[in-house]
Amino acid sequence: MALRIPRALYDQLRQHGEATYPHECCGVLVGEFVEAGGKVVKAAVQCGNTRTDSPRNRYHIAPLELVRIQREALLAGQDIVGFYHSHPDHPARWSSTDLDEAHWTGCSYVITSVEKGRAVLTNSFLLLGEEDEKRFEDELYEVSAE
Amino acid sequence: MPIKVLIPTSLRPYAGKQSVIEVSAQTVGEALGDLAAQHPDLRKHLFSEEGKLRSFVNVYLNDENIRYLSADATPVKETDIVSIVPSVAGGI
Repeated sequence: MALRIPRALYDQLRQHGEATYPHECCGVLVGEFVEAGGKVVKAAVQCGNTRTDSPRNRYHIAPLELVRIQREALLAGQDIVGFYHSHPDHPARWSSTDLDEAHWTGCSYVITSVEKGRAVLTNSFLLLGEEDEKRFEDELYEVSAE
Repeated sequence: MPIKVLIPTSLRPYAGKQSVIEVSAQTVGEALGDLAAQHPDLRKHLFSEEGKLRSFVNVYLNDENIRYLSADATPVKETDIVSIVPSVAGGI
């Protein structure tokens, strides 16, 4: 399984999207890379959305938050394995903006559609390729008991 | 002097799969230069053809963005940590 996420963290990231609705939420997935290209999520770190100018359709995580999360993850023997954000009243599918602004190749980008304040569908996409020919591929994920 | 550079997940394939690399430098610019010298495949992922940091690549000296310090000329000391973090953004 490409991405394994505990139920509690899965619910947490979806609820984050409900809490910030009608604005986009965003956060970082911390965990471990395992064999055969898999990833196991150990923490979903809620982040602020710095796009206060357009939060209904844009998100941006402050680099300083990424620096601190990355540093703490490494100290704990873990890694940044992906990111999550929500699409208010919009499909749980990456947009051209999502692709243009994605730069963490090898990481999962998890998107939740939040319709009228309720989290509906959550999908995961794996970013592949180098910067000038990057692409998203649908990624299978498993919600585990723990 | 030796200082540590933290490598983001996405760049580790070009850095010998390492998450932390020790470089020898007096400034951030020298640190990045030594990093690219040790791992030449990293260069195009960090810098444009003109040799400038790519716009989506953020470099921090501890908790400070070097763009708001002295950029490449920012001096470093032995306990400093340089972090490289590509930006994370998107939207509908």
